[in-house]
Amino acid sequence: MTTQHGRRQLLLIALVAVTLLVLIASIRYGAIDFSITEIGRALASLFPGRPEPTLDQRIFLELRFPRAILCLLVGASLGVGGTLMQALFRNPIVEPGLVGTSSGAAFGSALFFVLGGVFQIGASLWSLPIAACAGGVISTYLVFILARSREDGRASIVMLLLTGLAVNALFMSAIGFLSYIARDPQARSITFWSLGTLSGASWKAVEIVALSTILGSIVALRYAKQLNALMIGEEEATYLGVNVNRLKWIILSVNVVIVAVATAFTGVISFVGLIVPHILRMLGGADNRFLIVGSALTGATLLTLADLIARLSVRPAELPIGIVTSAVGVPVFIFLLRRRQYVF
Amino acid sequence: MLTGSNITFRVGNKVLISDISASFAPGKLHLLVGPNGAGKSTLVKVLARLLRPHTGTVEYEGADVSQTSEAELAKRRAVLSQAIEIAFPLTVREVVMMGRYPHFSGRPGATDERIVDEVMQHFDVVEFKHRYYQTLSGGERQRVNFARVLAQLWREDVDTCRYLFLDEPLTFLDIRHQIDFMKRIRSFTDAADVVTVGVVHDLNLAARFADQILMLNGGRIVASGTPSEVLTTERIEQVFGVEPTMVRTHDSGMYLVFN
Repeated sequence: MTTQHGRRQLLLIALVAVTLLVLIASIRYGAIDFSITEIGRALASLFPGRPEPTLDQRIFLELRFPRAILCLLVGASLGVGGTLMQALFRNPIVEPGLVGTSSGAAFGSALFFVLGGVFQIGASLWSLPIAACAGGVISTYLVFILARSREDGRASIVMLLLTGLAVNALFMSAIGFLSYIARDPQARSITFWSLGTLSGASWKAVEIVALSTILGSIVALRYAKQLNALMIGEEEATYLGVNVNRLKWIILSVNVVIVAVATAFTGVISFVGLIVPHILRMLGGADNRFLIVGSALTGATLLTLADLIARLSVRPAELPIGIVTSAVGVPVFIFLLRRRQYVF
Repeated sequence: MLTGSNITFRVGNKVLISDISASFAPGKLHLLVGPNGAGKSTLVKVLARLLRPHTGTVEYEGADVSQTSEAELAKRRAVLSQAIEIAFPLTVREVVMMGRYPHFSGRPGATDERIVDEVMQHFDVVEFKHRYYQTLSGGERQRVNFARVLAQLWREDVDTCRYLFLDEPLTFLDIRHQIDFMKRIRSFTDAADVVTVGVVHDLNLAARFADQILMLNGGRIVASGTPSEVLTTERIEQVFGVEPTMVRTHDSGMYLVFN
């Protein structure tokens, strides 16, 4: 135990270091590259009494830097969301994108933009994330209701994945319809919603996503021990003193909120939540305390790397980030499905 | 002392157990027998408070368990079930440590670590404590689960009763493991403050190890008492629909042979 515990702590420290390195790379390279000195000068210009930032410095401060931070936060959200989903369903091949949460959240946000355009609804800071959460709740709930078996009321994984597929298709075509009738330029971009991009990052987005990611992860961490008990079965967890129904509702809510808020600002980014917990389990086992902290860091790192690839591969243009995550994630997903080590 | 009074449990319109009353004394091994669908497993789950009965009450030392929180109950009630599948890589020690979950919040304390080491020693699972549970054989897995359950009920200061329930834990085990497990359950129950109630399928195992047998059929108690009182040839034939031959062994034990 002590050895495993020590190993996990070392792993987490190493992950913090890797995350920081990747963050530095992410703020340096892009359509234009910044040297460390330029970054330092740009940051210094924020302090009073310093000269006004130059155009390049403003690009860094208003575009590059918030984008890098948002990327870390969204990656952390998706990683933690994947860990929570897999713990909740006691199955390692689910993730928020597969059970409808992400597409529902994207639909909620798209609807908000379109209706906001039509009815001139005052877009306060919080209305977009609330709309996204509403969409995420509806789609996730829909998947669960429809996937439930008539006999024993339990959702098998096969049913869950198939229903998720159908509900995803439904919400994606609804988004297609919205983008067809929309006037708002952001809602009009179907690519934005279906493949995800971080190009719309702003400090406002960073604030909101930071709040949901950090609060969500703290709540999740509080329930890590109960999620561990759930790994040996719902009945067994009850015998170990866990109120399983309450736990399910709390974890599902946390998951919908963190994933929906992230999706509201970046569109649907799939497969991060699937891969991240797997990497961590291979490195340090299945303890959820370790997995939640680790998947926040690993999710942040992986999404930042994906964003770097998206920005650098076709620069000065950029790819939607979902193309990068799917290119890596789909083969991993198929590999996991074919290994059949897991109970369906 | 564990007391169930007038317990009825239904699923939809189907009555699984009907108006069962029974009490179970500490220090005695109580085993439930009966054909499939007799309601044995349901009764154990109601007594362990996984299921809430539609009518009737379950009392642990006179206190109604429906008023007790899951967390409180888990400190003195544990259940050993059938083979558990885990889809994630958990080490043997992590699984055994789960037995201590009701006793600490946050990280396990020194006492929890020590208890886990002791029960692992007791069940000969120390040698594979760092192996993943998934890689163990059925018998090894069940030893780990038994160690976990014992870690949950482990206590230094004995003041209130502890309750151990067995929900067909011997399923899928070979005969050597079955006997080994029954011996361990037997000796754990000999502690004066442990109430043990369980379901076992093999009538011969029940006859050999139980202090008290409760025979169920169609959701009702058909007979209760010592093995030789309950397991008579006529009653077994009547309830199970097979005709046994009773063989008395020289050490005054009994053995049932089915034709």
